[in-house]
Amino acid sequence: MSLISTLARMEAVREGRAQPLTTVRHRHLSERPLAFVPLTTAGEAGAPLGALVGTDRDAPRLLIVAQPRDRDLRFAFLAELAEEIQPYLDSYGDEVELEERKETDPETGKKVPVQVELCADAPQLLVPSAAGVAFVRLLGRSMRFRRTAEQDPETPFPAPARVPLLGRWLTHYGERARVPGSCLLLSLTELLSRHWATGQSNLEDQHLGSLLAWIDPPEGVPGAEAALRAESERDEDGRLSCPPAGPATDPAFDNKLLAPAMSRYDAARAEASQGVAGGAARLRLAEAELRGLIESQLRPTWDALWRGVDLLRALPEGARVADRWKRDRWSYTGHRDRVRAGEPPQPKLDDAVTAAQKLAARETAQAQLDAHEALDDPLVMAGRRLAGEAFAGEVIDVEMAWSDAKVPRPRPLVTIRTEDRPHLAERVKLHRVTADGRAQSGEFAGLADLDGADGSEEADEADGADAVEGRGDADSPRNADSPGDADGPRRALVVRLTGGMGRGKQPEPGTVPEKGDRVCWTLFEHAPRGGPELPDAESTPWTHGGPPDAAAPAQGPQPDPMTEEDYL
Amino acid sequence: MDARALAALAANPGCRRRALLDGAGVDKGALAQALGAPANFGQSQFAHQRGNSFEARVKADGGADLVRLLHERLRDGSEPPGPGAVATPDLTAPGPQGRTARTALALREATEAGGWALLDHPMVSLDVAGSPAFLEPDAVVVHPDGSWTVIEIKSFPMVDGSADPAKVGAAARQSAVYTLALERVASMIGEPEEGGDAADPTEAAEVTEAADRADRAPVRARVRRQALLVCPKDFSNLPTAELVDVRKQLAVTRRQLDRLTRIEEIAAALPEGTTFDLRLTDDGRLPTRPAEELTAAVDTVDAAYAPECLSTCELAAHCRTRSRAAGQVEALGRGVRGELGGLTTVDAVLTAAMHGPADEAPSGDPAVDALRRAAALRAEALASRPEAVACR
Repeated sequence: MSLISTLARMEAVREGRAQPLTTVRHRHLSERPLAFVPLTTAGEAGAPLGALVGTDRDAPRLLIVAQPRDRDLRFAFLAELAEEIQPYLDSYGDEVELEERKETDPETGKKVPVQVELCADAPQLLVPSAAGVAFVRLLGRSMRFRRTAEQDPETPFPAPARVPLLGRWLTHYGERARVPGSCLLLSLTELLSRHWATGQSNLEDQHLGSLLAWIDPPEGVPGAEAALRAESERDEDGRLSCPPAGPATDPAFDNKLLAPAMSRYDAARAEASQGVAGGAARLRLAEAELRGLIESQLRPTWDALWRGVDLLRALPEGARVADRWKRDRWSYTGHRDRVRAGEPPQPKLDDAVTAAQKLAARETAQAQLDAHEALDDPLVMAGRRLAGEAFAGEVIDVEMAWSDAKVPRPRPLVTIRTEDRPHLAERVKLHRVTADGRAQSGEFAGLADLDGADGSEEADEADGADAVEGRGDADSPRNADSPGDADGPRRALVVRLTGGMGRGKQPEPGTVPEKGDRVCWTLFEHAPRGGPELPDAESTPWTHGGPPDAAAPAQGPQPDPMTEEDYL
Repeated sequence: MDARALAALAANPGCRRRALLDGAGVDKGALAQALGAPANFGQSQFAHQRGNSFEARVKADGGADLVRLLHERLRDGSEPPGPGAVATPDLTAPGPQGRTARTALALREATEAGGWALLDHPMVSLDVAGSPAFLEPDAVVVHPDGSWTVIEIKSFPMVDGSADPAKVGAAARQSAVYTLALERVASMIGEPEEGGDAADPTEAAEVTEAADRADRAPVRARVRRQALLVCPKDFSNLPTAELVDVRKQLAVTRRQLDRLTRIEEIAAALPEGTTFDLRLTDDGRLPTRPAEELTAAVDTVDAAYAPECLSTCELAAHCRTRSRAAGQVEALGRGVRGELGGLTTVDAVLTAAMHGPADEAPSGDPAVDALRRAAALRAEALASRPEAVACR
C-alpha cells in the first residue's frame, strides 16, 4: 500500500466512510453484464452447491445441487449452468466490425494488411469476490475435458455439448482475468477496492458486504459499525444477514441449517426411490426447503453485487478504458475463432513458449495499466508524483535550442517549477501527453536555481527574477522561502524536449509548452512495449523441455477419469 | 494447542495475550463469545466429513498405498515396499503423556527394525513458551534407512499438480511444527553417524543435526526435511502427493518459538488474582461473569493485533475492536507501520499530515514530511475533480 492510499484509509477512519482512491472509473463496465454468484460445498473441490446467475438484476435464475456429493445432480447443475451462460456468451459473437491488421504473408514473407473481424462488444462476467474468479477457473477446468456422447459413445457420463464448451469459455475468462486491467471477468471486491479506500485493512475488504458498508453506509451509521454489522449480524435462525460472498459458505449455516435439510432430503429421496407412500411429495418439499435455504445465502450477495455496480457506474469512465476494453474484445474474438475452428480445449498445462508469452503479456499489460491509470486520473498521478515517478509544475521559461546534428533538430529547453521530487539523473527519459493528446518525449537536462545563486550547470537557463515573480501568483498558499536549500521544494527542473515536435527544423505550433502552462512529465513510458519475440513452440530449446510432444493426441488431453464410487 | 494454533502463534510471536491464553489452555472461543465478539470462523461439518473420509481412504489397507505414494515421490531408485512390508504399530495409550511415550517407543523400535512403518496419528510434544504442547500429526512414516517423514493429509485438491498456494503454505507451516517436535524425539533416540554412510553430501546436509554428539546411539534416527502432502487428485477422491520442502518454515517456526516470551514471565507481570474464568452457570452453558470485568482481565495482557489474526485467532474480533478504539495504525494492516515512522495512531498521522506549520519548513522527521506531501498532493488532485464535491 502506498503512503497516499494509507492516508486515504486513515481519512476514511476519521470520516467513518470510504474515501475515493480515484477520480474516474478505471475499468470497463458492460451495459448488460452477466452476474454469477456461486456457492460451493465446503471441503469439496468442484462440487458446486448453488448459484444465482443472470443479466436481469430483478430476475436471477437460481440453480441448486440438492446433494452436492451426488455426481448426477452435480452434472445436471453444470448442464443447467451452461444453458444459462452459454447463450449469453454466444450472443456477442455475431455482431462484428472489420479491423485492418498486418499479417505476414506465408509466400512472400512480407507484412500485408488483412481485414479481420472484431466483435463490436464482448460479454462481461461479474462475480462477487476474488475467490469467485478462482472458482470460475476451477469450474472451467472441471468442465472442459468432459466428453459428449457424440465424441465418445463409450463415455460413462456423457455431457451435453454445451458443458465442455462452457468449460472452455470459463477457462478463457479465468485466464484472461489474470491479465492486469482486463475486464472480461471482474470481481466486485477488487473493483470497489480499486476505487475506494475503506477504514479497514485489505484483508477485511475481501468481504463484499463490509466493503459496501464502508463505501455506502446507511444514513447516520459510521462505516466501521456498518461493516461490523455486515460481518457478524445474525438473524434468529443464526443466519448471517450478510452471508459471505462465496463461493465458500458460512460454517454455522452449513452445520445448523444446511446439513439437517440435506439429511431430510436424502431420507426423502431414499423413501421416494423405495416407493414409500408420500415419498415423492416429501422429496419435493425437501428440495423446496433446500432451494429456499440456498437462495437465502445467495440473494443478499446478488443484491450487493448490483449495488456495487450502481456505485461504480456513477463514476465517469477513464479516457483510456475503452482502449483497454478493445483488447478484451480482441481476446473474446480470438477465442470465438478458436472455438469455431474446432480447436481442442486448452491444455492442462501450458508449454514453455505459451507460458512465457502469457507472462510477458501480463507484465506489459501491468505497465500499460499503471501508465493509463495515472494519465487518466490526477489522483493516481498524485501517487506516482509522491513516489518520485512523475512531476507536475508550471513552465517558467522556454529557450529554443537545436541539436548538433548535420540537420539540426529542435531541442528546446523548458524550465518547470515544481514542488515534486522526482528521482532524476542526467539524461533520464521523460514522457508527457500534449494538450491535444499526442505523446512527447524529453530528457532531464539539469536543475535551475530560482534564486540565481548557487547555480547548477543549467542555472542561467532560468531567469531568477521571473521565477520569483511567478512564485507570487502561484495558487498554492506556500510563500515562505528556504534559500539555499537545494533539496527544498522550491526547485526548477530543465527538460530538453526530444520528440513530438514534427519533422521540421522549427517545432510545429502547439508542440512546445509555453510560459505559464501546467505540464506533467512522467519517468515511465506511456505505451510500454513487450519484450523480444519468443521462438515458435516447435523450436523450444532443450533447456525448456524441448519441442512439445508430437505424439500428443490431437483431441486434446484425456478427460478426467471417473472414479468407481458415485459419491466423491 | 494443535499445530495449526502453534503455527499461527509463531506467526505473531509478539502477542503476549495469545501466548498466555493458549499456554494456559483457555477456551478462547468461549471467552470471545462472553466478551461479545464471537469469532466468525469454524469448520463446516461437510469439510470435516470430507477430510475424515479422505484420510481414511488414504490410510486404508494398512498404509500400503500411502507408503507406495511416498516411495514414488522419493524417486531414489530403491526397492518399492512389497505387500505386507509396512508395519503399523499400535499407539494406543492413556493420556497425552502416555501416547507421547508410546510414540517415541514405537519410533525407536521401527527405526531399529529397519523396515517401512506407518505410525497412524502418533503424538509428539513440543515445549511452547515453557509449557508442553501435545501435537498429533496425521501420520509419520519410518523409512528402512531410519529416517522419518511427516505426512500431512489435506482435503483440498491438487488440480493438474498444483494446489492453492495459501493452503499449501499453511500445511507446510503445520508440518514444520511436527518436524520440530519429531526432531526432539530423534535426538533422544540417536543421531546419524558422521556424514552418514551415504556418499551423498546433499542428503547428509538435509538430515537433522541431532543434539548431543557425544551420546551416540546405534540407531540412526533423523527427520526428513521434506514432508509429504497428500491431497485429492483433481476432482476425484484418489490421493496424490507431493514432497514439500519445509526447511524454511522449520527455521522460521524454531526462531519464532524461541522468541515467544516465556509464559511464566507474562503471568508474573499480571496483577494478583487475574482470572479468565467465565463463571459458567451450573449447566456450563452461560457465562455469568460481567463482560466489563472480563474485558478488564483480558486487557491486563497486551495483544499485538494485526488483521491476519482474524483468520487464525478466536479472540481477534475483540482485539480488533480494542485496537480500533485505540486508533492503532496496525488495524489497517501490518505493512502500514513501515512508512509512518514513530506515528502509531491514526489521529497522530492525520494531525501530522493535515496540520503542518504554515511555513512549510521541513519537520526533520522524514515520515511527517512525506505525509504532508501526500496530503497536499491528494487534496490537490481531489480538488481538480470536475464535480469536485466538498470532502465530507
